[in-house]
Amino acid sequence: MADFEPRIVAFLCHWCTYTGADLAGTTRQQYPPNIRIIHLMCSGAVDSIYVLKALIDGADGVLIGGCHPGDCHYQTGNYKARRRVAILKGILNQMGFTEDRIWLRWISASEGKLFADTVTKMVEELKKMGPNPMKQLWDA
Amino acid sequence: MRLAIGKGDLLKMARHGVIKVSEGRTEEAIIGILKSLLEKRVVEAILIPKGVPSGEGFVQSLIRDPEKLNGVSVISPTMPVQSARVASNLTFKNLGKKVAAVLKPCEIRATVELAKFLQVKLDNLYLIGTDCPGTFEVPDYAKMSQEGKGGERLRAALLKGMSEGEVPMIDGYAFRTACQMCEYPVPQADMVFELFGYPSDQEIGVEVGENLEKEIEEKEILSFSKEGSRNRADVIGKVTAERMKKRDGFFQEFREVVKDLRSFLDRFSTCIRCHNCMVACPICYCKECVFRTPVFEHEGDQFLRWADRKGAIRMPTDTLIFHLIRMSHMVTSCIGCGLCDSACPSRLPVATLFRSVGDRIQKMFQYVPGRDVKETPPVATFREDELKIESGSL
Ligand code: SF4
Ligand code: SF4
Ligand code: FES
Repeated sequence: MADFEPRIVAFLCHWCTYTGADLAGTTRQQYPPNIRIIHLMCSGAVDSIYVLKALIDGADGVLIGGCHPGDCHYQTGNYKARRRVAILKGILNQMGFTEDRIWLRWISASEGKLFADTVTKMVEELKKMGPNPMKQLWDA
Repeated sequence: MRLAIGKGDLLKMARHGVIKVSEGRTEEAIIGILKSLLEKRVVEAILIPKGVPSGEGFVQSLIRDPEKLNGVSVISPTMPVQSARVASNLTFKNLGKKVAAVLKPCEIRATVELAKFLQVKLDNLYLIGTDCPGTFEVPDYAKMSQEGKGGERLRAALLKGMSEGEVPMIDGYAFRTACQMCEYPVPQADMVFELFGYPSDQEIGVEVGENLEKEIEEKEILSFSKEGSRNRADVIGKVTAERMKKRDGFFQEFREVVKDLRSFLDRFSTCIRCHNCMVACPICYCKECVFRTPVFEHEGDQFLRWADRKGAIRMPTDTLIFHLIRMSHMVTSCIGCGLCDSACPSRLPVATLFRSVGDRIQKMFQYVPGRDVKETPPVATFREDELKIESGSL
């Protein structure tokens, strides 16, 4: 599995994590290139559909990035995202899909380093897990 | 243990009474009360199941003429539609007059859930419930009736079973799976006709909540008393315990079969993606479901790319997503009516899936769907201090 390069689809909120990712770039933080970023206005806009569709159609992991609790530009979008992710993970767990491939993280606009570290860590963890078995189900 | 689950605080101030039954005609005694609700203008109409002329089934009917109440069925042994849907149709736009709906406990719980999502307006709707023995699949009942196993005979067997807390044996037929494992046979409503634990050929109980209590007493529709059935609590305890045992058995069986996504897909391989389960579900109320929107329309080349990556893909795509997303959107409010099972042409255990997964997700939020109209569904709210990322659950 040494040459396995995981693919991560990241849903990042405009006001915090997306800007944080931008800052990681402009301040030349190093992080692996395994990530495809989808820019959303708020983490509260991420429906479980998009997470699952990414995982079934080819992603090895999904990262959802939002503002820290209390800092959401729309007040409560991140709290709602958190429940949604918890419910989705609770369902997947009961379907025997226990691997930790969906990460929700709070990363602010000023935390470029935290963004880079999070991606680095997620790539490492996904490498340990190997390719996502869900994306291989042809009849899903 | 709290058995009565329904409209929350409604029954706090409940008043109780006993209705005498003459000549063993239990349903007539109840129909008598319903008639006086109409005649004394407590309500302008009553929604209640009525037998179809062929005798092979029941349909919901909205009755204004008291005479038309003759022949309605207070404990109809089928559930052709989830009447929470009907309650939604009825109250959603401009219901200016009082109406009573005679519903099964799971229909009341679904109505309460829909009220939370603003799909039912309870202002002019009184909920009337009856203890529920369980129901049969619609085609099963039609056959039972052809074979002479339905109608009066069945009703008598059901009532007798309820007085003792026994499941009547009907040769060749069983209650719907969802009913066999339903732990809420007793409704909580504005008015409840009590059958469990009563010698119902002689008398039954009635409980009236605070919304109706005053008017019922003033208009002399019922008189309240301290009498009741001494073994009602025991009978309900027995019925509930048996159903919970069944439920846990079904859950366990299901969890043994569905160990991972592969085995889930195998178990659901005959799902033809007709969406019937969703159409029948009272909780899936969205007018435009995401599965019917362009979110799932793709360019032909995109399908080819997926097929290229995996070697082949099943068409239409997204069977797994359909079930998982339906769950992630509404499983916290699944009240376990089993209408999804009844609607599935492939006879898949959809309700067992939703109930067994739902059970744990609902517990995550200490939420009991249909319990109290004042509670907010987990998907519509949050707590600031929950689900910490550091806890490892995200
Ligand atoms: S998922 Fe099935 S059992 Fe649950 S509320 Fe919907 S129809 Fe009823
Ligand atoms: S009703 Fe049955 S076959 Fe149709 S989509 Fe639902 S599970 Fe699949
Ligand atoms: S705007 Fe960043 S999470 Fe809502």
